[in-house]
Amino acid sequence: MLIAKPQSMHFDAALPLQSGASIRAYDLSFETYGTLNADKSNAVLICHALNASHHVAGVYAGQDKSEGWWHTMIGPGKPVDTNVFFVIGVNNLGSCFGSTGPMQISPDTGKVYGADFPVVTVQDWVNAQALLMDALGIQTLAAVMGGSLGGMQALSWALQYPSRVRHAVVVASAPNLTAENIAFNEVARRAIVTDPDFHGGHYAAHGVLPKRGLRIARMIGHITYLSDDVMNEKFGRRLKPAAEETQFSDRPPLGSRRAAEPKLAPSGSSALHEMKSVGAYKYSTQDVEFQIESYLRYQGDKFSEYFDANTYLLITRALDYFDPASSFGGDLSAALKHVTAKFLLVSFTTDWRFAPARSREMVKALLDNQIDVSYAEIDAPHGHDAFLLDDARYMGVVRSYFQSKVAL
Amino acid sequence: MIRAPSPDLLSIAALVPHGSRVLDLGCGTGELLDHLIRERGCSGYGVEINDANVQSCVARGVNVIQLNLDEGLAVFGDASFDVVLQIDTLQHLRNTEVMLRETARVGRIGIVAFPNFGHWPNRLAVLRGRMPVTKILPYQWYDTPNIRVGTLDDFQALADKNNLRIIDQFGLQDGHEVRWWPNARASRAVFKIQRT
Repeated sequence: MLIAKPQSMHFDAALPLQSGASIRAYDLSFETYGTLNADKSNAVLICHALNASHHVAGVYAGQDKSEGWWHTMIGPGKPVDTNVFFVIGVNNLGSCFGSTGPMQISPDTGKVYGADFPVVTVQDWVNAQALLMDALGIQTLAAVMGGSLGGMQALSWALQYPSRVRHAVVVASAPNLTAENIAFNEVARRAIVTDPDFHGGHYAAHGVLPKRGLRIARMIGHITYLSDDVMNEKFGRRLKPAAEETQFSDRPPLGSRRAAEPKLAPSGSSALHEMKSVGAYKYSTQDVEFQIESYLRYQGDKFSEYFDANTYLLITRALDYFDPASSFGGDLSAALKHVTAKFLLVSFTTDWRFAPARSREMVKALLDNQIDVSYAEIDAPHGHDAFLLDDARYMGVVRSYFQSKVAL
Repeated sequence: MIRAPSPDLLSIAALVPHGSRVLDLGCGTGELLDHLIRERGCSGYGVEINDANVQSCVARGVNVIQLNLDEGLAVFGDASFDVVLQIDTLQHLRNTEVMLRETARVGRIGIVAFPNFGHWPNRLAVLRGRMPVTKILPYQWYDTPNIRVGTLDDFQALADKNNLRIIDQFGLQDGHEVRWWPNARASRAVFKIQRT
């Protein structure tokens, strides 16, 4: 069993941010797994997505169900094998799991940052991660890897620090967000910002939390992470049994984007069953009627207990802003001109939030630059969530890539 | 499929100039590309649809792009490869003509190989009233992944129809080039094509 130990590194010097602002006296939380080899050439950095953390792999000693958010992928004997690689998970600036973020005290005001926490971008995160690598004595990373927003960081590493990255592994990601994607983020942000308990982001000063907004934000997010098919399979039109308490298993929130998996009986959705269901309607507009409602409310409630609202705003904004092609007139191939890292990209056919077509755009730009790239398009039913799940084809491709290309 | 380094495969590999940038359409487990990289100093990518084959390519360190060739080659730029290979791929494609033109667009030369249905044992089988089952066409008619079969002469007509220049054409039999009456004497047809 891999035991994870969270660590923290303090940085006094101000980090200039893309916005023109800067942040000083900040901390980065991180975890490492495996052993750094003598020439420090086996380091793999894992970048997290919207609401995960530095707790990537392993478990915390004595804590039940405390697996890292990518424990299916990373660990001893896993596709990213910690017996071979020295794996680093890092929590990004602005997050709420240990690294300096809006819930912490600003050294300038002595008060909780709240809404005054500077806007951070993917590039800023990568710069901060690079400083952490400096501090750990790692000049060149064998690989940078991430899914979704984490994949954007892996791509950005290859652009910002071409000489420091040998391989970039970009899973279920995109070279920028589409209008539809920004739209989903904006609905989530409006849900938070219009919560009466939000107080312009300074809810800490008022001793409250905008949990209602966070719940809605999470519900919207959850819908977009799943596919229509998988939602129908899991929930269909089934009703929530009348006297049932919460039916979803609990799992530790830290770093885990999907906090719980519904424990549902096999569907048995025969015509008879459907008719019975119709008969069981409550004819209420506000009670939970369908299982999908119950599931979303449960996910929203769990999330609002552990996630910070300002962090949600910051991280969705970082997603919106990421667009490395923008300074090249939208030409991604031109943006990737100086990339030297080799790439593995993976997408999932039913992922409509970070669709395969978006990965193919990156593949095309890499091909245009004659960069070594492999691309797997996994026919999985689970939508965007597939990147966190244990699919044999997906795991197999990543394992093979690390064995044949990343390992020295 | 000639995915083991068979004599035919080695003969086809010998057609690829040293140091070429190669795109191998329907690259299977990456055997040919791997051979070209190691033995002939080539570089490039394979395209493959099958999950297990994609993983095999990655496992042997060959660049592979998982795509359905029936959806075209939009991710590849014009003349971005020295050689585009279509080895035993054509008989699985729905859009043969599109892919032929795409092969000529993306590559400076295209090398196309496929089982020659004009080979005499096939003709004999049909004369006897049955579809052939041979080493190169090993499937029963009701259970074959090949959605079409054609002859050397058929391909020549198709290349003409699509304004493709045939630089070279011959048959392969057990790894040997067949240049006299290949349409009857060779089990595999090989064409080197170019856009006009």
